[in-house]
Amino acid sequence: MIKSWKAIAPYVLIAPQTLIFLLFLIFPIATIVVVSFWEFTGYSMTPAFTFDNYIGIFTSQVTLGTYLSTFRFVGLVWLFTLLIGFPVSYFLAFCIEDVRLQIILFLVCTVPFWTSNIIRMISWIPFLGREGILNNLLINIGVTDTPIDIFLFSDFAVVLAMVHLYTLFMIVPIFNSLMRIERSLIAAAEDAGASGLQVLKEVIVPLAFPGIAIGSIFVVTLTMGEFVTIRLMSGGQSASIGYLIRNQIGSLQYPLAAANAVILLMVTLVLIFAIMRLVDIRKEL
Amino acid sequence: MLSQRRSLSFYLLAAFFGLFVLFLYGPMLVIFILSLQGPDGALTFPVRSFGFHWIIALFGQQRVGDFVGSFQRSFLLGVVVMLVSVVVGLMAGMAFRQRFVGSRVIFYLTISSLIVPSILVSLGIGIAFSLLGWSTNWYTSGLAAHLTWTLPFAFLIMVGVFNRFDRSYEEAARDLGASEISTFGEIVLPLIGPSLIGVALFGFTLSYDEFIRTSLVSGGRNTLPLEIFGMTTNVTTPALYALGTVTTVFSFLVITIAFVAYQIVSQRQK
Repeated sequence: MIKSWKAIAPYVLIAPQTLIFLLFLIFPIATIVVVSFWEFTGYSMTPAFTFDNYIGIFTSQVTLGTYLSTFRFVGLVWLFTLLIGFPVSYFLAFCIEDVRLQIILFLVCTVPFWTSNIIRMISWIPFLGREGILNNLLINIGVTDTPIDIFLFSDFAVVLAMVHLYTLFMIVPIFNSLMRIERSLIAAAEDAGASGLQVLKEVIVPLAFPGIAIGSIFVVTLTMGEFVTIRLMSGGQSASIGYLIRNQIGSLQYPLAAANAVILLMVTLVLIFAIMRLVDIRKEL
Repeated sequence: MLSQRRSLSFYLLAAFFGLFVLFLYGPMLVIFILSLQGPDGALTFPVRSFGFHWIIALFGQQRVGDFVGSFQRSFLLGVVVMLVSVVVGLMAGMAFRQRFVGSRVIFYLTISSLIVPSILVSLGIGIAFSLLGWSTNWYTSGLAAHLTWTLPFAFLIMVGVFNRFDRSYEEAARDLGASEISTFGEIVLPLIGPSLIGVALFGFTLSYDEFIRTSLVSGGRNTLPLEIFGMTTNVTTPALYALGTVTTVFSFLVITIAFVAYQIVSQRQK
């Protein structure tokens, strides 16, 4: 009795979670794939097997431009979150010796994760707006005479807000990797005559690589399907695939939206597999 | 020479860190100040008068949006998601303490829920519901969408916790003749209690703030983030900031409660 329970226990315990993911992740995505081959007749969708939706996407200059715009946002946000996230994590991991202070500063960096993204976006309005703080500052110090419009409702604002939202997804895994580095390794490198920069390049960055990879996966996937930040911070002027999908849903073009979603998923998966080849995530827990 | 150079890089990094914290919290602080204006308040500085006009207005007669209703929905949904995440995450974590057939597949299935672009989850559940002829609701399709986001976090936390778990206490209890159930209830559960609070915090706050996964499947009634998003396009008064301040204060309250509970539970272990 006890023995047989032991044998089936893991399967019983894992069943609820597996069921939830099969029903609400795998089944819906399979549905998307199926529907992406259906026909759209102007007001409803009908079952079919047609590549029209895909052909339509790849032959539309506008849609291809939207993909490029999405990739540009992903690239820029990834670059800036890494450039900000690494030094911040480095400072936390190596420059703060008091453990209590380290925990407090780490929490300071991560607490916004538990607050609303929408509110954090809105909070840029008084700063970037036409009569905002930034424009007032620039006018007061004489850089410009008239307020600059492009701060808010521009690609600049989109990237700024996304970096603001997603940098902590880079900080947490990089910090985690840095904290696992044996301090004796660094001491050894220094004893062997390595300069600070050499230690960073030859010891710390390679060992922080898994963290950088995991952070990159987060940032890439979060940015790839984004439409809220883009809608809100560009005032609807910038394009992204996520935003396009949402608009197509708004006009009930489900098959077309599904086809775009499939392509988006493929691109994301290719990027993730490329990153995963470089790191074994399961070892990082 | 060496220590001098080091201290320079230390100060540079410290300054960078300080700027980052300012970048992180500065905008929030600004809307906090701007939400505390009198009736003559505007969306930008200067502040003409201070007061609680806009905060109070949120709870009064609604012209701009359904703040109270959407807050109640989000709160309720957050609590349900939290409870499900804790129970299901704990079970999954327990399962992963031993090797079993298919554990690798399930591990990657769970991770994939985290890294699939959120819009796909929302679109997929939306289309699936519409094909099945079910109507979408925040408490059905919305709940499903939220679980795909919170469960991976719950799972990863629990797997991490059990990886570091010292089995000797458990084995000692078993050697003394404790049953499986009492070993779990009296040894394992108290030891992982603090982590469960962490899972609960993730479950509640991630659900409470979720936007994209909910966006296409909330049905007729909005959750709070969706309601706020709707307001950004048509509200041009500090009511918007007041909403930001109130929801953020609420988030901080939840985080504080979680930390206090964490401290209490950790203390009790000793």
